Amino acid sequence: MNGGQDLGGTHGHGPVRPEPNEPVFHAEWEKRAFALTLAMGMPGGWNIDMGRFARENRPPAEYLSMSYYQIWFAALEHMIKERDLVSEDEIAAGHSLHAPKPVKRVLRPADVAKTLHRGGPTERDTNTGSVFKTGDRVRARNMNPPTHTRLPRYVRGRVGTVERVIGCHVFPDSNATGAGEDPQWLYTVRFDGRELWGANADATVKVSIDAWEPYLEKA
Amino acid sequence: MPGHDHDHHHDHDHDHSELSETQLRVRALETVLTEKGYVDPASLDLLVETYEKKVGPRNGARVVAKAWVDSAYRARLLKDATPAIGEIGYAGRQGEHIVALENTPKLHNMVVCTLCSCYPWPVLGLPPVWYKSAPYRSRAVADPRGVLADFGVSLPKDTEIRIWDSTAEIRYLIIPMRPPGTEGWSEEKLADLVTRDSMIGTGLPKSPKDIGK
Repeated sequence: MNGGQDLGGTHGHGPVRPEPNEPVFHAEWEKRAFALTLAMGMPGGWNIDMGRFARENRPPAEYLSMSYYQIWFAALEHMIKERDLVSEDEIAAGHSLHAPKPVKRVLRPADVAKTLHRGGPTERDTNTGSVFKTGDRVRARNMNPPTHTRLPRYVRGRVGTVERVIGCHVFPDSNATGAGEDPQWLYTVRFDGRELWGANADATVKVSIDAWEPYLEKA
Repeated sequence: MPGHDHDHHHDHDHDHSELSETQLRVRALETVLTEKGYVDPASLDLLVETYEKKVGPRNGARVVAKAWVDSAYRARLLKDATPAIGEIGYAGRQGEHIVALENTPKLHNMVVCTLCSCYPWPVLGLPPVWYKSAPYRSRAVADPRGVLADFGVSLPKDTEIRIWDSTAEIRYLIIPMRPPGTEGWSEEKLADLVTRDSMIGTGLPKSPKDIGK
């Protein structure tokens, strides 16, 4: 979606402000919102792409005015309610008022370390060959899906070079909608700064994205 | 996205009341989810403890220091970073597919996630607020030298700058250049020079002088 999250090349956000000796979390509630989001992935049954879409799918003004963990928490609430795991009256009351819905799995303390260590690899086996190879000139397609995509606006329509054929990976555009993993070949595609930002841009800059095959066409 | 309320004194009251509301809702939701049996509060404590105390940029610094002293390790790391990093015991969530990139006198690499906050957790921990912020995500791809200036870093005019926008599940770790004057140093001592920002590309490693050596 062309939402508030797609920030590459936008203006007016001001300077970057690094914080010296920054703590990992800035408030107790941030710790809990973070941990709840990770722990609920198991009983909630959503995937990482659904989670990303739940975060970005809000009015841009809202997205840009919320803090990072406020966005995480809002997305968590949304996904929980969407699946009827909790209802608004329960959050308002601060207690469970209705019978719990059966869930497949709950994250137990004994499983935390191994669950984190396993992670969620996205590479998949495939019988098909990749359409592009290293060195190929490719154009990022001009596509504007209102659903989740990982093709940023600033490269759409621009021509770059395939630098690396990464492998076959879960396709977020499909996975985010619940339509399945639909694995696709993934490439690192490198663009000249001037191709992206015009003739006056810094000639020493090159930018790459990782792009799935459906995002690309032969240039 | 604002960082947090410290950055925004002009609308502090607004932020403050919003934060209080968020705080109450987070607490309420944790109670509801616990009562329903969907989450175990002890697991939540462990998750927080893991990323607050155990996993952080010190992990990445050990990887970089090893690459600086051990050329065979460096070669393995640059060829396929995920198993090479796994050798030291770091692996898993948000680091399932890691690629290591080497800075040279001619090439400076810098990592961003313009679409969200992708970051190699097993080696760097959770990302700092600035990495997730609109100023960094918007400008890193279009004006990297301006962003580096915000960090007090100035590179030679002819250094090629390469930005890696983490748009998929590949996570990037930068191997900065080993500072001069560190010949014969142990891995442990070298790791003290490796800053988090030098592994993102927004900073350079410390020099022996910086740590009083």
